[in-house]
Amino acid sequence: MLSKILLLLGITLMYSTPLVFGALGGVISERSGVVNIGIEGMMTVGAFTAAAVSYFTGNPWLGLLAAGAAGGLISLLHAVASVTFKADQTISGIAINLIGPGLALFFCRLMFDDATMTMPAKTLPKLFGESGFADSPLKNLNVDVTVVLALAVSAAMWFFLYQTKWGLHVRSVGEHPAAADTLGINVSRVRYLCVFASGILAGFGGASMTLAIISQFTPTAISGQGFIALAAVIFGKWTPFGAYGACLLFGFAQALTIVLGGGDFAVPSQILAMLPYILTIVVLILFVGRSVAPKADGEPYEKGVR
Amino acid sequence: MKTTVKILKKPITSTFIAILFGFLVAAVVLVFAGYNPWQSFGALFNGIFAKPKYISNVIIKATPIILTGLSVAFAFKTGLFNIGAEGQYIAGTIAAVCVGVKFNFAPVIQIPLVVLSGVLAGAAFGGIIGYLKAKFGIHEVITSIMLNWIGLYLSNFVVNTAVYHQPNSTSSYAVNESSFTMLLPNWKASKAGMAALKPNKWLYEMMLKTDVNFGILIAVLMAIVIWFLLYRSTKGYELRAVGFNRDAAEFAGINVGRNITQAMLIAGALAGLAGALAITGTSPHKISQMAAFENNGFNGLSVALIAGSSPIGCIFAGLLFGGLLYGGQSVQQDVGAPTEIINIMIGTIVFFVALTKIVPSLADRLEKRGAHHVK
Repeated sequence: MLSKILLLLGITLMYSTPLVFGALGGVISERSGVVNIGIEGMMTVGAFTAAAVSYFTGNPWLGLLAAGAAGGLISLLHAVASVTFKADQTISGIAINLIGPGLALFFCRLMFDDATMTMPAKTLPKLFGESGFADSPLKNLNVDVTVVLALAVSAAMWFFLYQTKWGLHVRSVGEHPAAADTLGINVSRVRYLCVFASGILAGFGGASMTLAIISQFTPTAISGQGFIALAAVIFGKWTPFGAYGACLLFGFAQALTIVLGGGDFAVPSQILAMLPYILTIVVLILFVGRSVAPKADGEPYEKGVR
Repeated sequence: MKTTVKILKKPITSTFIAILFGFLVAAVVLVFAGYNPWQSFGALFNGIFAKPKYISNVIIKATPIILTGLSVAFAFKTGLFNIGAEGQYIAGTIAAVCVGVKFNFAPVIQIPLVVLSGVLAGAAFGGIIGYLKAKFGIHEVITSIMLNWIGLYLSNFVVNTAVYHQPNSTSSYAVNESSFTMLLPNWKASKAGMAALKPNKWLYEMMLKTDVNFGILIAVLMAIVIWFLLYRSTKGYELRAVGFNRDAAEFAGINVGRNITQAMLIAGALAGLAGALAITGTSPHKISQMAAFENNGFNGLSVALIAGSSPIGCIFAGLLFGGLLYGGQSVQQDVGAPTEIINIMIGTIVFFVALTKIVPSLADRLEKRGAHHVK
């Protein structure tokens, strides 16, 4: 029993981690007033870069950093469109979702002999080393380091948004950019930085898939996690811990389906697989109520326009 | 000057600029990767236009995404973001297969029955999204995303049930032949049909080598119906009013919640129709186990965006998209460049669609400057 509960916990943490990074990226971007629907594409770019760099250098940490850089780079496209050109942020986000996987698979084919998946790459270490608690039920808690990183980044983002001056700047830009502008805050710069940060985080999210959960990039490595993360942002009411909790819930439901799928129940696996998604809708109906976005979310800021 | 401004202000100009940039960026990426862009684009156009068979396949490929594009475009016009067209499309295919396998009436009854069941299933999926938004204020993007996955697993579930699973395969049974919506499927394969088609090489190749079906006619018809509904009916006015300014609409006595639900019902029905027609019109006429989305709904998003949410524009955007997707396969075969170049190209087009939205306002500025000079 204890072992099952610990297993449940372990899988929950494992599955929620890529989502947490993606969702945190969404939170920081949307808090500054830029809707980021392109998380999925940025995560795919990160996932590929991480696996490729780790494979060629043999250093997964370099892979993680490169994934962040690649995610950040592609997010700049979104920033240019939505901040400088004041374009429709949804459209530009969808474009990122097309361009990101396109680039990832294109370069994957170029670098790996026309294959759509990379060779197995060296993964990031586990929390307590490779053989930590090898024989006890506690081994289920020997999770990937990315799990801890995700929690740390959530806490850091909470601290940043609610306890620092810069966090206040970000939130004010997302709520009322004109007011922020009159206080001397550079709206464009804040938004650029936040979108860039969201790209880096999404890149980490992709990396935590290919450097921890599966050890290579495949065309389905990132299939919908970015969208689930997007849902978690809204579900978590645009707060770091809210989003973290939403991702945990989602990971938990996924873990449940795996643990329950072990043959104890006569439920078809496809029906079980729906559980996380149904659960999310039910929870939303029962507990959460109206979620209200940052006021200026999705609206380009035009100086001097009321 | 005036004509330049006028041309620049036309939305279609922005779209063409975006498409141009799409090709430009794709060319740069191809050069960077060591391929000849001219050759690649040549292969692309060959893959679209070189044979009657290709053109026919492009139209077949475009049919479902015109309809899902319409679904997304319609929702956009009513202020909703239907990212759930994928799930609604899947729901349509599931229902069409279930009904089409179970029943076997004469085509006159069977075809409408199968198609309608797909439409209803899609509408149900869409309706849930609308209802939950209207009643509980749950963001349509969340429910859409969740329902996409629920649809995918539901489809896999149906594929694996004893009733529908075709033994020794990863797919369901094909629907009964009475549900087929191809153009004269039996006649064209018969001796008389072949003999009649033989003299005309074009028709012969199109009819016999591809699944020419009625889907495209229905897609075009639906585009016109949706345009009429949106711009020439009271209901459409209400729906657009809700999309444009919810509070003002409510103040004018329009029931906002009911309109949101209805809008999503219609959007879902369109995506469901796309799924049903794909089952009845093209082989293999069945659903298969899916590991990931097949993107018929998500491609609808791009179609709607390139079309600027115009219902009629969706027809052309869908054809463009279908052409790129189908012709893109030839790029890999002929030149060896990864087909993903097409995704990069489509993504770039969508990206520049977002950017070129500012062209009209730039034109405005140009016009004002012109007026200033006149004074």
